[in-house]
Amino acid sequence: MKYVDEFRDADIVSKLEKKININNVGKKINLMEVCGGHTHAIYKYGLQEILPDEINLLSGPGCPVCVTPQEYIDKAIVLAQKEDLIITSFGDMLKVPGSRSSLKKEKSRGHSIKICYSPDEAIRTAVENRKKEIVFLGIGFETTAPSIAQTIKKAREEKINNFSVLPASKTMPEAMEALLQSEEVAIDGFICPGHVSTITGSTIYNFIPEEYNIPCVISGFEPVDILESINKLIKQINKEESKVENQYIRSVKIKGNKKAKAIMYTVFTKSDSKWRGLGTIPESGLQISEEFKEYNAENRFDISVPKPDKSDECICGAIMRGVQSPQDCSLFKTSCTPKSPVGPCMVSSEGPCAAFYKYQVS
Amino acid sequence: MDQITLNHGSGGRATQDLIQEIFIEEFDNDILKKKEDSAVLDTGEREKVFTTDSYVIRPVFFPGGNLGKLSLTGTMNDLAVMGAKPKWISCGVIIREGYKISDLKKIVHSMAETAKNQDVKVVTGDTKVVEQSSCDGIFINTSGIGRLLKEAKHSDKSIETGDIVLVNGYIGDHAAALISARQDFKINIDINSDCVSLYPLIKELVNNIKGVKFIRDITRGGLATILNEIVQNKEAGIELEKNKIPIRDKVVGLCEPLGYNPLYFANEGKFALIVKPEEAQRALKIMQQHPLGKNSAIIGQVKKEPEGEVSLRTEIGSTRIIGMLDKEIIPRIC
Repeated sequence: MKYVDEFRDADIVSKLEKKININNVGKKINLMEVCGGHTHAIYKYGLQEILPDEINLLSGPGCPVCVTPQEYIDKAIVLAQKEDLIITSFGDMLKVPGSRSSLKKEKSRGHSIKICYSPDEAIRTAVENRKKEIVFLGIGFETTAPSIAQTIKKAREEKINNFSVLPASKTMPEAMEALLQSEEVAIDGFICPGHVSTITGSTIYNFIPEEYNIPCVISGFEPVDILESINKLIKQINKEESKVENQYIRSVKIKGNKKAKAIMYTVFTKSDSKWRGLGTIPESGLQISEEFKEYNAENRFDISVPKPDKSDECICGAIMRGVQSPQDCSLFKTSCTPKSPVGPCMVSSEGPCAAFYKYQVS
Repeated sequence: MDQITLNHGSGGRATQDLIQEIFIEEFDNDILKKKEDSAVLDTGEREKVFTTDSYVIRPVFFPGGNLGKLSLTGTMNDLAVMGAKPKWISCGVIIREGYKISDLKKIVHSMAETAKNQDVKVVTGDTKVVEQSSCDGIFINTSGIGRLLKEAKHSDKSIETGDIVLVNGYIGDHAAALISARQDFKINIDINSDCVSLYPLIKELVNNIKGVKFIRDITRGGLATILNEIVQNKEAGIELEKNKIPIRDKVVGLCEPLGYNPLYFANEGKFALIVKPEEAQRALKIMQQHPLGKNSAIIGQVKKEPEGEVSLRTEIGSTRIIGMLDKEIIPRIC
């Protein structure tokens, strides 16, 4: 199949594998794949297995479900328990444990929670249920933010007044910078998210080589894409260069998707945002702007929740900072499995724990 | 009257009329026509195989089949993979009041047609009508009795290192057809469910290949899950070759953007076969020459390791474990 087979071709993979030349580096190299989609592909194709031992791939904070804080789930549960209110959400969110329950448990108790495949489906639900309030759980990065913004705009234009969003959209570059500033883990190169960059364009990472001297390569999601990106990163490291390169040229343009960005910043404004495992990162969130505030579920309903108790054992936070790996966790595969996840990294198919569990390389 | 009412489930005249006009006339066989409380079966000497399954599929009508056809082929296939000729079927139907009688007729007609084509009799049945709030349409339970073929001796206990794994054609068509029909993603792909009775091909294999070790229909959970069930707790594993597993381009095309893996997709007309290595090619030939197995392929082998697990050689030559389906299939977010 075109656009698939050539990016999974064993001969090309083998050639790239041979091209990756770590001889001049002389140390262990930590490359962070920021996006959960990359983590998934790396485990799915066993890429770590075919790379030289010196290259260590770290998972970053790019799984939208994983970085959503527990208080957010608790708020969604409070909303779900209200009469005449339907929660609409991407499916992955249902299993994420809040501090006392999960949306899945609330659904089995009879509360109205509907899985949607796109924000547009949420707005259709609102049209079909005019006497009920419909709240969409607006999580994700620059990839999903434009479509969420579009539904809010549509709700205003079409006077759909029973629709609102519980906002938690986040932006990637600020989280990458927070990781670099924390200096918890030495990152030698970033495999930058391809889908986010398709929207934002390729220039959003420029500060990383300029201010931190760290190479960046925007990558596609197939094995050939990822290996080619790793090869580009190693070449930069060998030459002691640092710049932003775009491997994913079939999707990412310098200026990105102008229309999507325009819609995003019509409805959202930049704000501080809390990330699970990383804490509050300045300017890393997208808040619904003053102009559209009636579509913000936080303004529409009383949803104060107590501060959640911290689970001592789950190390999802450290995994998302690249400090620890799934197999370092005492709960991994014992009390935490995809069937009954303790932390969010085991819930989403893009979460490092779920990917590691599912595609455990022999 | 064009809709089912609670009166149809009262047990009185309306029930009698419904059973006579829709079920007995369609299923049309000597045993059912006796209208006794139970069917009397002349079962002969051979061992019998007995199974049951409930069918709740949505949408009820899908490309390549409907609930009625599926409720017959599904149960018949459970008998066939044991090496049994499906003979007698029971049919329990739960219908919501307000259900369209014309739809019920279509469903029952498909059941009758499927049974007749395979020389199977629906010999006993039951109909219940429930209130709107209890059911969103129609559910069917069928049980089946089959007669074990003389040559059927396969058992998963005999599986050993070196045995070959085959499949009788493209994987994932049924789930893909349903995803397309449900219109959750507004993706239209021109694909039919593979819903079909597998007995004619299984009979050929069981009668002609002495080295058949195991046959299982690949339904819910998909190929990955049923192969895991086979090797679980065994001192052997299965290695699959991704490049050899037949999957249609359009199914791959549906799965890629949604993040689905067709190895976990349900099928209703596919089975996995495990045979002795020396008989694999002959089995493949029999399958490929049969209408139910034109696209059959050898997809893997039983290996000593990894013990109790299924591994997959990926397109790029790396190997990874593929586990059972452990959560419901939902698309990824981005």
